[in-house]
Amino acid sequence: MSFTENVVAGSHGTPAGTFRLWLVLIVATILTWQLGESRGGGLLTAIILGIAMIKGAVIAFDFMALRHAPLLWRCLLGGWLVLVCSLIGLAYWKGITP
Amino acid sequence: MTSHALTIPNSTGPRLAGDLAIWFFIMAELLAFAVFFAAYAFTRAAHVEEFNLAQQALNRNAGAINTLLLLTGSAFVVRAVQGALAGESRRAAPWMLAAIASGVAFLVVKMVEYSAAFDHGVSLSSSTFDMFYLSLTFFHFMHVILGLVILGALWLGLRAGRYGPHNMNGLESGAAYWHMVDLLWLILFPLVYVIH
Repeated sequence: MSFTENVVAGSHGTPAGTFRLWLVLIVATILTWQLGESRGGGLLTAIILGIAMIKGAVIAFDFMALRHAPLLWRCLLGGWLVLVCSLIGLAYWKGITP
Repeated sequence: MTSHALTIPNSTGPRLAGDLAIWFFIMAELLAFAVFFAAYAFTRAAHVEEFNLAQQALNRNAGAINTLLLLTGSAFVVRAVQGALAGESRRAAPWMLAAIASGVAFLVVKMVEYSAAFDHGVSLSSSTFDMFYLSLTFFHFMHVILGLVILGALWLGLRAGRYGPHNMNGLESGAAYWHMVDLLWLILFPLVYVIH
C-alpha cells in the first residue's frame, strides 16, 4: 500500500513572500559585510550575532518550512541557532575579559 | 497485491517538510558543525590578537559574495519547491538550475580565494587560525559539493515531471539539505571572516 499525503498548498510560502525574505537576507548580509570593516568590539559582535540569528531563523523557519513543523523540530533547530550564537558570544566575551 | 493510495487532502496539522531521516541527518550535521564553531571560538578567546591579525589577511569580500550566492541559491530552491507544489514540476526546473549555478559560483569564488591564500603561504600548519580557517571552510566546501549533487538529482526529477503536490517528499528532503548548507555558512561567515 502506498501512502500519499497531499502537501498543503502554500506551506512553502508564496513567490512574492520569498522575494521579500530574500531581500531582507541580502540587506542583512551587506550590513554584516560593512560592519566587518569597522574596528570591532563587543557591541558590534552582539549586533553581528543578532543579525546571524535572524538570518538563520528565516532559513530554518521559512525556507526549510519549519514554521509548519511539529514543535519538537522547531525547538531543535531554533535551539541549535540560539546555542551556537550564544557560545560564540560567550567565547568572544571570554576573549576580551582579562 | 493491489496498491491503493491513501490521500489526505489538505491536512492542516504540523508537518515536517521532507523525510524524517533527512532531518535526523541534518541535526547530526548541525551538531558536528556546532562543535567546530565552538572549538574555533574558544581557541580564539585564548589567542585574540593572533586571530584578529590573521583574519585581516582573509578576503572578506569573497566571503560576503559567497554568502549572497548561497542565500540567492536557497531562494531559487524555494521557488522550485513552490512550483512543484503548484503542480508545475517541469516549469519549476529552471529555478533548480539557477540554484545549481549559484552553488557552482560559490565553489568558483572559494577556489579563487583558496588559490590566493595558498600563494600567501596559508596552510594547515602555517598558524592555528589558518588551520581553523582551512578545515572549517573546506569541510563546508565538501557539503556544498554534496548539496550540488543532490540539487542535480532534483533538477532531473523536476524536468521529468516527477514532483507535484502528491509527491513532495524527495524534493523537500533535498531542498532541506541545501538550506542546511546555507544555514551553516550564515554562521561560518561572521564567525571566521567578520567578528574581531
